[in-house]
Amino acid sequence: MWPRIFALALKELLAMLRDPRSRFVVIGPPIIQLLVFGYAATFDLNHVKYAVYAEDHGAAARQLLADFAGSPNFLLARNIDRETDIRELVERRDVLMVVHVGQQFSRDIALGRPAPLQLIIDGRNSNTALVALGYAQEIVNRFNADWTETHGLTGPPAVIQSRAWFNPNLESRWFFVPGLAGLIVLVVTLAVTALSIAREREHGTFDQLLVTPMTPLDILLGKSLPGVLIGIAEGTFIVLVTIFWFNVPLLGSLLAFYVGLLLFLLSAVGMGLMISSLCATLQQALLGTFLFMMPAVILSGFATPIANMPKPVQWLTLADPLRYFLVVVRDVFLEGSSFGVLFHQLWPMAVIGVVSMALASWLFRHRLY
Amino acid sequence: MNTAAATRGGSRMRLRGLLRKEFLQIVRDPSSIAIALIMPVLLLLLFGYGVSLDAKHVPLALVVDQPSAETASFTSAFTATDYFNAHYFSDLPDARRAMMTGQVDGIVRLRSDFSSHFHRGDAAPIQVLVNGVNANNARLIEGYINGVWAAWLATQSQQTGQPLSIPVAMQQRIWFNSAVRSKDFLVPGLIAVIMTLIGAMLTALVMAREWERGTMEALMITPVTMPEILIGKLIPYFVLGMGGMALSVGMALWLFNVPLHGSILLLFFCASLFMLASLGMGLLISVVARSQFVAGQVALVATFLPAFLLSGFIFDIDSMPHIVQAITYVVAARYFVSILQTLFLAGNIWAIVIPNALALIVMAVLFLAVARKRSRKRLD
Repeated sequence: MWPRIFALALKELLAMLRDPRSRFVVIGPPIIQLLVFGYAATFDLNHVKYAVYAEDHGAAARQLLADFAGSPNFLLARNIDRETDIRELVERRDVLMVVHVGQQFSRDIALGRPAPLQLIIDGRNSNTALVALGYAQEIVNRFNADWTETHGLTGPPAVIQSRAWFNPNLESRWFFVPGLAGLIVLVVTLAVTALSIAREREHGTFDQLLVTPMTPLDILLGKSLPGVLIGIAEGTFIVLVTIFWFNVPLLGSLLAFYVGLLLFLLSAVGMGLMISSLCATLQQALLGTFLFMMPAVILSGFATPIANMPKPVQWLTLADPLRYFLVVVRDVFLEGSSFGVLFHQLWPMAVIGVVSMALASWLFRHRLY
Repeated sequence: MNTAAATRGGSRMRLRGLLRKEFLQIVRDPSSIAIALIMPVLLLLLFGYGVSLDAKHVPLALVVDQPSAETASFTSAFTATDYFNAHYFSDLPDARRAMMTGQVDGIVRLRSDFSSHFHRGDAAPIQVLVNGVNANNARLIEGYINGVWAAWLATQSQQTGQPLSIPVAMQQRIWFNSAVRSKDFLVPGLIAVIMTLIGAMLTALVMAREWERGTMEALMITPVTMPEILIGKLIPYFVLGMGGMALSVGMALWLFNVPLHGSILLLFFCASLFMLASLGMGLLISVVARSQFVAGQVALVATFLPAFLLSGFIFDIDSMPHIVQAITYVVAARYFVSILQTLFLAGNIWAIVIPNALALIVMAVLFLAVARKRSRKRLD
């Protein structure tokens, strides 16, 4: 049985790697995508363009505005002196934010009244707006603490001392780059496996395969091996880049990562083969792959947390292997939990893999076109 | 003169014939109708409900080492708000374990000296620990906790009559989305991501299929010219794609209640430019790939992830490194996302719409021209 499976797997690999276009699809985009997306996928902002509308130029105002100008998160794009300019600047997206210091600013501070600092911000991407306001709040808080101390004022009776676990500087790149391992491996494995059987069907070579001594299970295994091998190779490459290029710390064990990757590949390949066996034509197979892949990625918790979703959508994500693998990679990189904690993420992937494989092999035997 | 007129007339006739053939093919094999009309509705339904960045009911651990009147009033502020789902834990190790296993996303702890510090007015420490793995969420939680703290301080100062000495108070005004509903910008962005795929997939497959089945060779021996073949393919799928677009925009307006401040006509004008660009990209993929298999693979790898990650739909383009920003210029979805977010949330702002629409025109022309150049009547 095994020699036959290996022979088929070898044929698949050769067929894929010998066609230059097909080879490029498997090797080129993942490398480019990892580098490009690794830099693109972050909620951290830097050099946010802002404008200053200062009606008061007292010492306090100057100091506060200098704090904004000195922050690496912000970039002073313009000083304006008319209120009517604000609308145009923000509407045209010339700046994301306008900092407005009112006429009474210095007097309010001198009198010990809270001096208002108005921030007008473009909310078209409300998440970006919130993140930028968070940075601004930090600057204002620091200014307040400094001002209170240097002027011998009494501070607030209670203060927050905040600390973040696992990611002390709250770099969102640490969250996204390991996650890309799941995304890219999923897309490539699906592209390799889901379309392969549909192609054989459309070319008529699938019937030829069926009259060989191979059982449907042999064919399935032979078809899934290349996907698993390519997935492991790409997963390894992504981990190396994540550690050595993006400098994300690796706290957990690589063993846990590879166990997770293997189970994830099993479930991804299983899903791909199931789609493949359900579809009669290549076009349907591609449609099916997209219909599975887009929700699998967008609802996996890669960018938006699963906890924010309504309950019925959350139940749907239980069938998404990427959901579990993302928790595993992020845990292996940032938290380094024990196998016991990860076990709850590992077994669902195994279940998805076994069930989809079994369904695929049943469909092979019972649906011959 | 006569012959020129005759050719033109013949061209129109040939085109009509091709269109008829293409429409018949679409009607008989309903999979393209499924791609153009059912897929966007399904996906937008799923994502419109599923994708949200507004964290509500964040699980939070409260640890109070020595309860007093002050600690009670502070912690009750957390149980009262919608943003948190607060649970009391008896001690810090317990709460830490809960955070390790993911039961809570943050811990607020008041040490035993909280009340004594508070009465002396010297900065009673409130210890906050957040799980930083999802950095964006962690920031959001810190922001919420900050808000609860500021509001509590204000009420305390009112009750005790002691003025609150805050030198500068930040007042924020969030334009275009004052309620900070993340759906309002995510749903228009999702339309761009979904329609990128639909457009590219519709055309990517049909051309490759003609090559693979050998029907392209049959077409070649007819008097039909290559531009006629391309236009004959483009028109029916453009109509289908715009149908899907209309459904998506309708869902955004009436199902997800995204406000539309700009003009709907302008929206559809820009949408048709975008549709041309993505159909053009699909044509290009199919012409270059030649086989359905490779065209499918390329469409999988080259359309979805770039539209998802590089379009500004969710991640801010201005914060990316310059090289990556340069790459985003070839992602058609980028221009459409910008137009959609502006038209939906801000209105007809020509300074945004015109440059982005021009970029879409350039992309559409470029893709179609290259596809035209690469597809010759030739057998390899």
